[in-house]
Amino acid sequence: MAYRTATGSLDAYTKGVIELQDDLRKYAFSNVFEVAGKAHPFERVAVVQNLEYVAEVVRSEGESGWYAAPHDEFALVMDGEITFNFIQLEDEQIPGHAGGAVQLGARPNGPAMGRVTARRGHQVLLPRGSAYQITSARPAVAIIQTSDGPVTVKRWSEICVLEGE
Amino acid sequence: MSVIETRVEKLSTDADTGYSAYRLGSFTFRRDEYFAHVSWPRGSHIIEVDRFLRAMVRDIGWGFFYGWIFFDDIFGTTNHYGTVDIFAGSYDKGCKDAGIDLLETFTAEAVSEAFETISRDWISEGYDPLNAPLETGTPIGPKGAERTDPLLRSFIAADRMLGLPGDKSVRTVEDGFEVNRAFADLEFDTPDIECEPGFEGQLHAINLFDHIARSDITWNPSISAVTRGNICCVTSEEHMLPVIHGNDRNEWFIQLTDEIHWNIADKNSGAPRGRVVMKAGDVCAMPADIRHQGFAPKRAMLMVMENGTPGLEKRYASGELPPYPVDFG
Repeated sequence: MAYRTATGSLDAYTKGVIELQDDLRKYAFSNVFEVAGKAHPFERVAVVQNLEYVAEVVRSEGESGWYAAPHDEFALVMDGEITFNFIQLEDEQIPGHAGGAVQLGARPNGPAMGRVTARRGHQVLLPRGSAYQITSARPAVAIIQTSDGPVTVKRWSEICVLEGE
Repeated sequence: MSVIETRVEKLSTDADTGYSAYRLGSFTFRRDEYFAHVSWPRGSHIIEVDRFLRAMVRDIGWGFFYGWIFFDDIFGTTNHYGTVDIFAGSYDKGCKDAGIDLLETFTAEAVSEAFETISRDWISEGYDPLNAPLETGTPIGPKGAERTDPLLRSFIAADRMLGLPGDKSVRTVEDGFEVNRAFADLEFDTPDIECEPGFEGQLHAINLFDHIARSDITWNPSISAVTRGNICCVTSEEHMLPVIHGNDRNEWFIQLTDEIHWNIADKNSGAPRGRVVMKAGDVCAMPADIRHQGFAPKRAMLMVMENGTPGLEKRYASGELPPYPVDFG
């Protein structure tokens, strides 16, 4: 038997259903492609929140600013192709805030470490001690595993299913 | 909560089926050709043996996972991270009202030893409860030749990220992991990593979908990446989750491919609350006051986000933290 794997994309996704006799806010049901499609490029919209930790959805389109975090982050590409450029930071350049990514004012000084180009299904380490820039020639989508931080955007009431559909 | 210091005890062997019966504390376990039977002083319970074994091997493989693992509505375990409850009817209104429920607490080591001993005895060659039903034989019937290969394949737990030097490896064909038949239509390439001179080996990326597609087992999350206590687990799911999971904290599902249907019920009473059908790209929280069971018509890729902060279960249990993750303001 031949199987057909269903994936989603910015242009083509089918949202599931949530049918519960409960407050739907407790489930915060959303869809990463829908969230990315309605976001500004490089807005990092939280779709997962586990106390101080989040997963953010980002639509990559063009070139982002430069980001850094005081811990590792990870990006999983869900649609399209994204190139991550890396610069090594000196110890004093590593952000000292509690957690999450911060956008730097400009390209930081430091040696270029290289780049990773990732496509659907690829998971990329955004290592502590580096700054990174997200770029893509065409719209693409990634989920970033990180902490709740300065660039995390929360608009739960807009992205979540709140009533039975 | 007093911990019973005891070990699994072999009782007798059925001359006709060849299976042995076992006791741990007040619980006895025996099986016949079709069913597992769990008995305790005030009650007994019957579970279809395939479901029982699928639940039992995962329960041990997960290290009893987070919170409650219901083999069905009646029987299961609760993880206290060092000790484990075995319960029968403790979260079922009928059993509670009849006063026949029982809950006993053991060391995790004793429960693990007991469940592994039972599984080893009750699983014969040709049947692997970690495989999807279409990919393995049946456990019904009398005892056959004992399996000699490892019964349990615990989940792979990356310390930082899969594939990094010194960390856990991604699955490869060279290690015997073929792409599963259900993902044969996907194309798997590798990310392009270009390091500047002097930074060789310092950038890292993997094809996570390829890693998931090569999993030979189902409903068995493995950790792919860790940000402090923020744990990313991935798993391939086919047929039905053979347990009903009641988490002791909030967790999140991100559907990577295909679809999974989740039945949702109240954690304490088992009363149904409804269902969630997740399709590729959907994200849904599983609150800490529910139990859930998944059904995957076709093998699907699922990402699970857990907060592994130690002691979190106590903060939820005490009511310090609400049993849902998002403040809508």
